[in-house]
Amino acid sequence: MSAHTYEESKSIASRVIIVLAIVTVIEVAIALVGKGYAIPGWAPYDTAFIGSFPIGKAVMFLLMIGMSIYKAYLVIFEFMHMKYEVRNMMRSVLVPAALLIWAIIAFFMEGTYWKNSRAGIEERDRVEVESSMTPRGPASTELTTPAEH
Amino acid sequence: MSADTAVAHDVVEHTEKEAQAWTGGKSPFKSSYGKLMMWYFLLSDAFTFAGFLIAYGTLRFSMQSWPVPDFVFSLFPFTGDAKMPLVFVSLMTFVLLFSSYTMIRAVQEGHRENRSGVVKWMIYTIIGGAMFLGCQAWEWSTLIVKEHMSVTTNPFGTHIEDGVYLDDDHGHAYEPGAERETFEAGSSYLLHQHEGEWTQRRYEVTSGIDEGSVAKQEFGPKAFGALFFFITGFHGFHVLSGVLFLIIIAINVASGLYVKRKNGYEMVEKMGLYWHFVDLVWIFVFLVFYLL
Repeated sequence: MSAHTYEESKSIASRVIIVLAIVTVIEVAIALVGKGYAIPGWAPYDTAFIGSFPIGKAVMFLLMIGMSIYKAYLVIFEFMHMKYEVRNMMRSVLVPAALLIWAIIAFFMEGTYWKNSRAGIEERDRVEVESSMTPRGPASTELTTPAEH
Repeated sequence: MSADTAVAHDVVEHTEKEAQAWTGGKSPFKSSYGKLMMWYFLLSDAFTFAGFLIAYGTLRFSMQSWPVPDFVFSLFPFTGDAKMPLVFVSLMTFVLLFSSYTMIRAVQEGHRENRSGVVKWMIYTIIGGAMFLGCQAWEWSTLIVKEHMSVTTNPFGTHIEDGVYLDDDHGHAYEPGAERETFEAGSSYLLHQHEGEWTQRRYEVTSGIDEGSVAKQEFGPKAFGALFFFITGFHGFHVLSGVLFLIIIAINVASGLYVKRKNGYEMVEKMGLYWHFVDLVWIFVFLVFYLL
């Protein structure tokens, strides 16, 4: 339970809800700018690249993830009063949740691996189809493009 | 007093404390049993939700393309087909956020044993929760009835190469000489149903390794529908049960059941923890499904 007076905790609650609302508005704004809805003709998701790495998308995604974690912090520590709990009680809840960090890394690597394996299989199919057609000579070019009629 | 006796005194005090520590009746976390167990329940629930959201991320990472949220969630009630990306879901988010505020006000009124204040703010919270559920019902019915998305069918596709359409909007081949619609890689499309039949427009690929070949619009990643309905449904079910418990507890508060307990309406506080958790989960559902 908090050591604040009624008036103090009341004003903390309204300040926190205002911050939460503002952060949410900023998040939505970033998402809309990224796809080019907010500022016509400027879509960093599709245009900002370093080589083939989508830097615009990466930066904006990280910003939105960071802001969501900040919102989660506010809800847990202010609204759910975690701030005023005993330190060990806080740890007993938050430390197990840290296991999720590894779960996220491991599963996302797995997902990327599935994607690459699938791409590899499709590539192999393509190579096999093409190599099986080469002996037929020039006519094969017609066959490599599936029926157009 | 000599140093020896001081040490002996300390030892006695220490053993006494030690003995008391094992006699029970202590709460090392300075928190009641009920509140502590609510926290641990929420921790386990957080793992469940995290499991679902991580599954979503894994499947998304494993696909070449994924439906773009600004395209999928772009309709608003009573405005027909006008494109208003993310406006409606942002509204839903604000409703839930604000109901979290009214809940914390109810808990604060409880701390000062103000019965009518608790009831008032709990009713506001119930209204907020019900509004959120109403919004979700509209969102689901739009996706199911209007856009024909289901657990196994995902009409939201994304082009992975540039191209030019050979068929018009209704799936009929363009008249010779008619201007043909073109598209770029990464642009989204929604497959339509005409009289119960799916229309998949044909197009000629104009970039990449398949340049020159003809393809037709494919359905989007199948898992999207199942993940969407299951995860937002599971969250919505939490909101629904939260609203039901809010109603029960509000009635108990109004009837004066908690007055004689004199514990600062602890039941309302536990309900508050649950309700804020539902809001907390929505922060991440919102991030994963609608923002990224």
